[in-house]
Amino acid sequence: MPKGKVVIDKEKCKGCELCIAACPKKVLGLSEDFNTKGYRYSTPLHPEDCIGCGFCAMMCPDVAIEVYREE
Amino acid sequence: MGEKYLMKGNEALGEAAIIAGCDAYFGYPITPQNELTAYMSKRMLEEGRVFVQSESEVAAINMVFGAAGAGKRAMTSSSSPGISLKQEGISYLAGAQLPAVIVNVMRGGPGLGNISPAQGDYYQATRGGGNGDYRLIVFAPNSVQEMADDVMDAFYLADKYRMPSMVMADGMLGQMMEPVQFKDPKSKKDLPAKDWALTGAKGRPRNIVRSLMLGGTGLYEHNEVLRKVYAEVEANEIRYEELETADADLTLVAYGSASRACIGAVRYLRAAGKKVGLIRPRVIWPYPYKALEKQAEKSKKFLVVEMNLGQMVDDVRIGVAGKAPVEFFGYAGGWIPTVKEVVDRVNQML
Amino acid sequence: MKTVYKKPESMTSATTIYCPGCHHGIAHRLIAEVIDELGIADRAIGIAPVGCAALAYDYFNIDFSETPHGRAPAVATGLKLTQPDRVVFTYQGDGDLASIGAAEILHLANRGFNITTIFINNAIYGMTGGQMAPTTLEGQKTTTTPFGRDLQIHGHPMKVSEILSQTAGVAYIARGAVYDPKHVMETKKMIKKAFQNQIDGKGFSMVEILSTCPTNWGLSPLDAVEWLKKNMEPFYPLGVKKDIDQEQ
Repeated sequence: MPKGKVVIDKEKCKGCELCIAACPKKVLGLSEDFNTKGYRYSTPLHPEDCIGCGFCAMMCPDVAIEVYREE
Repeated sequence: MGEKYLMKGNEALGEAAIIAGCDAYFGYPITPQNELTAYMSKRMLEEGRVFVQSESEVAAINMVFGAAGAGKRAMTSSSSPGISLKQEGISYLAGAQLPAVIVNVMRGGPGLGNISPAQGDYYQATRGGGNGDYRLIVFAPNSVQEMADDVMDAFYLADKYRMPSMVMADGMLGQMMEPVQFKDPKSKKDLPAKDWALTGAKGRPRNIVRSLMLGGTGLYEHNEVLRKVYAEVEANEIRYEELETADADLTLVAYGSASRACIGAVRYLRAAGKKVGLIRPRVIWPYPYKALEKQAEKSKKFLVVEMNLGQMVDDVRIGVAGKAPVEFFGYAGGWIPTVKEVVDRVNQML
Repeated sequence: MKTVYKKPESMTSATTIYCPGCHHGIAHRLIAEVIDELGIADRAIGIAPVGCAALAYDYFNIDFSETPHGRAPAVATGLKLTQPDRVVFTYQGDGDLASIGAAEILHLANRGFNITTIFINNAIYGMTGGQMAPTTLEGQKTTTTPFGRDLQIHGHPMKVSEILSQTAGVAYIARGAVYDPKHVMETKKMIKKAFQNQIDGKGFSMVEILSTCPTNWGLSPLDAVEWLKKNMEPFYPLGVKKDIDQEQ
């Protein structure tokens, strides 16, 4: 499995959870704290499991996610 | 200035638009302006320009919005009920500061009314018509020659001030034939560059054309910009003609077709030794209030003649400001004043 | 590390006004990705009329116009005919396109002008607070169908893509969805074709996108996806409705 990395702009996130549902490896979850807009934001709870598939970014309506993968 | 042609008013409007460099025309059939749409359907294609017979008046004015948004010279035309349908788009054009020309060949109203000449759309044209605070520069020709001249000026001033302008004729002017000579188009060199146009953001930051200004003080600021533009138009573009006003005891005020009978009446009454003059607004917004104010210092009475139930008379009363009585003479629904009717009415007042 | 995904150049960095989980944002992003991939950002002109997406001009980094409600196809006609080498698209919701703008879209499609339309169908009016749209489903409760859409009272939900597919001028019409990665990828292909058709001069192309409106449906974003799959998708089947390339 390739190793991936997901970077989430927590201030752009509205906590809709579409990315969380889309992640095949259950990497993402909602934060315990809130961003300045008052949303619990999506965050990598298990970053070590990320395979860099990009599904989360593909589902993000707020373009809050960047995804990288090891070559 | 070229050859002299004998042309219908509606066709002269079209040819003048072509000469003025109209890039796109969009229209929908309605009497009594159909000759204009038909003329454009042929001439615009001959010139390799854009012509679309739209599915509605609403669509036509929004096609104008698109072509004007592209920075092109765009025009639509209609008659009264169709102009009502265009009000949405005209308000958006004004809000988005897009130059465009709208021609209204007025007919009788309200509603579907009839197809006779009328001047019932004065309030609509000069007060806005659509929603919000906005103005159009409104030309009021009284001959085929003036219709041609006004269309060319309407394009020019629309571009100069980035606002829609209107040529307001009526069914009589549209349908009648008169000699007309077309002027050479005015050079665009003194006009502001259309650097706001939607042409694709190649080599520049993106442009946005909009009337929506949600949030903050954006809309307030935008309306202040419009206020400034309109003040400038009021300062520069008032146009009117005076006939025998210098010593007039009674001053007639009329525009468009109604003014033709008034010109005849002034000549007839002057020949009879009566001191009667005429002020004829050539542009009805901005309005020549100051000319009326000045005239009210010497003229004892005013008579406003319109082919409606009394609309411009309000503006005359604003200008005269109580310094002299202002009476109204007019009917709606197909009435065109004759010289005799105006003379009789003036004689009753003298 | 290799970049798998980042913001397309044709989007600004503005945060949208859309509610959490609203599919507008996904549709915007797909359009921006297609514009980037086709290399047309310097000649693309977008038009979004009234509705939640009226502010789309803030989100696309290209020339853009906001226009009267439903009139985007007419505005697009003016923009495109005067500049045939520009890529002009409209972005319209269901109230805008199928109700107040029904005449404009029908005539644009029938004329077959070389313009692209992205049609967001979420079966409700979003911006005004959840009123019945032409595409609202039978029985669906909205603020103006408090007892559910009754066909006798409110008429039938309108299948716009199927209707427009009957008109001669249409080059391509497809209906997609963006509720999971598979559908996002399929819909992006549809959008890309709808833009490529315009570049190739093939005529009017439209992609309808079934979308959620979690706020006005009264559902969480994830429950809204399930509602769409269960209720909208059977009535509005996904897929290509017309493609002149397939007919030839």
